Amino acid sequence: MNAISVRNLSKSYTTGKQTVEALCNISLQVAAGELFGIIGPDGAGKTSLLRILATLMQPNAGQASVLGLDTTKDYKAIRQKIGYMPGRFSLYQDLSVEENLDFFATIFKTSIDANYQLIKDIYEQIAPFKKRKAGKLSGGMKQKLALCCALIHKPSLLLLDEPTTGVDVMSRKEFWDMLASLQQQGLTIVVATPYMDEASLCDRIALLDRGNFLEIDTPSGIIANHQSTLWAVKSDNMYQLLQDTRSWSGVTNVFPFGEYLHCSPHSSNTDIKELEAYLLSKKQQQIVVKQIEPQIEDVFMHLMNKHHVS
Amino acid sequence: MLRFLLEKEFRQIFRNPAIIRMMFIMPVVQLVILPLAANYEVKNVAIAIVDHDHSSYSQKLVHKAMASGYFKLTGYYPSYKQALVQIEKDKADIIMEIPAHFEKQLVRESEAPLLLSVNAVNGTKANIGAGYLHTIIRQYNQEIRLQWLQMPRLPDQLQIQTTFTNWYNPGMNYQQFMVPGILVVLLTMVGAFLTALNIVKEKEVGTIEQINVTPVKKHLFILGKLIPFWIMGQIVLTLGLLIARLVYHIIPAGNIGLIYLFSSVYLLAVLGLGLLLSTYANTQQQAMLLAFFLLMIFILLGGLYTSIDSMPIWAQAITKFNPVSYFIEVMRMVVMKGSQFSDIRHHLGIMAIFALVLNTWAILNYRKRQ
Repeated sequence: MNAISVRNLSKSYTTGKQTVEALCNISLQVAAGELFGIIGPDGAGKTSLLRILATLMQPNAGQASVLGLDTTKDYKAIRQKIGYMPGRFSLYQDLSVEENLDFFATIFKTSIDANYQLIKDIYEQIAPFKKRKAGKLSGGMKQKLALCCALIHKPSLLLLDEPTTGVDVMSRKEFWDMLASLQQQGLTIVVATPYMDEASLCDRIALLDRGNFLEIDTPSGIIANHQSTLWAVKSDNMYQLLQDTRSWSGVTNVFPFGEYLHCSPHSSNTDIKELEAYLLSKKQQQIVVKQIEPQIEDVFMHLMNKHHVS
Repeated sequence: MLRFLLEKEFRQIFRNPAIIRMMFIMPVVQLVILPLAANYEVKNVAIAIVDHDHSSYSQKLVHKAMASGYFKLTGYYPSYKQALVQIEKDKADIIMEIPAHFEKQLVRESEAPLLLSVNAVNGTKANIGAGYLHTIIRQYNQEIRLQWLQMPRLPDQLQIQTTFTNWYNPGMNYQQFMVPGILVVLLTMVGAFLTALNIVKEKEVGTIEQINVTPVKKHLFILGKLIPFWIMGQIVLTLGLLIARLVYHIIPAGNIGLIYLFSSVYLLAVLGLGLLLSTYANTQQQAMLLAFFLLMIFILLGGLYTSIDSMPIWAQAITKFNPVSYFIEVMRMVVMKGSQFSDIRHHLGIMAIFALVLNTWAILNYRKRQ
């Protein structure tokens, strides 16, 4: 049985006379026990999808079922079985760590002790601060507490909306380690994130842009599907370089990536030397040009461009 | 389940020093300061006198007016024009101009003109001040007539003497009237606005999102919000009644149980209103503005300061939809008149309808899902 099954789902928001399509006729299957990533920029529709799955919102069209239950009809049963962590810290800031956890345990008619095993590893990290008010915790600590609260009733599915946004690199790594160990305990986890580098940590990912799935596959599968030559370029004047490279007809998909520009040749006949020669003719200094392995972000940019053109 | 929700709610309330302070300081300050400051009795009406006569009669009239205690002499002015300057500068409220030959005319022709000019910017003050002065002049008039009637066999004019008693408030004590009213406004603020702000805060901070994905039932969540504020409302009422007794010596003439009975239903109604506000407002700022808007209307059209009976018909119709006006009336009835249950039965029934309608509307409008 699939943990999540979404068919032809659409959701739009209307403010005044403007209608924004948040999700356009999307379909998705997530297998039980998977660590699934929904990757996309801000405004892609990640939160809308998760809110529909969490039964907080109803779709305009299409169906979504979670753990075999329909999100519209059986929402009460779903709420017992899922853990949802909103993008914004949504626990009581004026209650202490312990009180928050205790409160969410009791409203699920359970206790901290009953399911301590599941949260033990995470809770031990915040236990030294258990008397502290939740509002006074650091960002990373808040996320850990929120995760504990989402887990306290032993859900079989965890929906996480941008859990690592605004959290430092160390805490982000820790957080993903925690997710991996939760997955080993049999939990299905769906994570929405704008960070492309987190994609490789998921079993499968869905690339979401403007309410449409661009691709759903394993991270390596997605890269393999779009095996194309990718070049990285650097010089001492990056801004001029970007303009020059974009104006050259030999390459396409030029975008800055860290300290390099990434671009791919228009046709496989184009040689990397031609680009270097062109840039030299434009009087660029300290030019570095090399061929690289594409990352998820490169594929995403490529797909997004293709999608916009079509 | 409800127990845990209440436990959490009370824990948050007691952890918020601002709410606790407001709960105790607000009633004390409002009840101690407002009834003393907000007073209908018009005193210190500044009077400017233009006396062209300078006779013993004109002197006597001025003395009589000043001795009443309602007036404060701005000064004597040689001309009406100069006195008018005082009104323009807001130094005087009334000009009394006594024409030349006032005494002579009075003695000879048994009548004399007198001019009163009133600054009507402050309508109440002008009206009542002029009224006082009028009464004083009439009395003065009568005194002279009595003096002149030597050995009257029969008064040449029919005289009706009025004596009156003030029922329910023999001393015409303004505070007796104000304190119960202010107490109602306080209760409304605690009941409606703290509830609205509390729920909207959960929306604003996002905690409601987390609650919505739990199996907590809608009505339990709402009850968990209403019960604490219902209790707080009763505490504020008790505190207010204590202040009324200790500071103003206002001891309800009727059964105090009736006040609590009514406040129980009244709080349900205003809590429902608070809940309703919270379903429409998305931020605390919106809730606050809505609350202020309603509170202004409730107070001005609630019969606290101005009598509902003297409002235009359309305004009176609006007050029918103002829960505050009912409780103010009941409070005054029970506290001052000692009204019985049968007297307030009608009000109680209407309040129950308010409670029912507002809460139903609010619950229908409150959604866990969008």
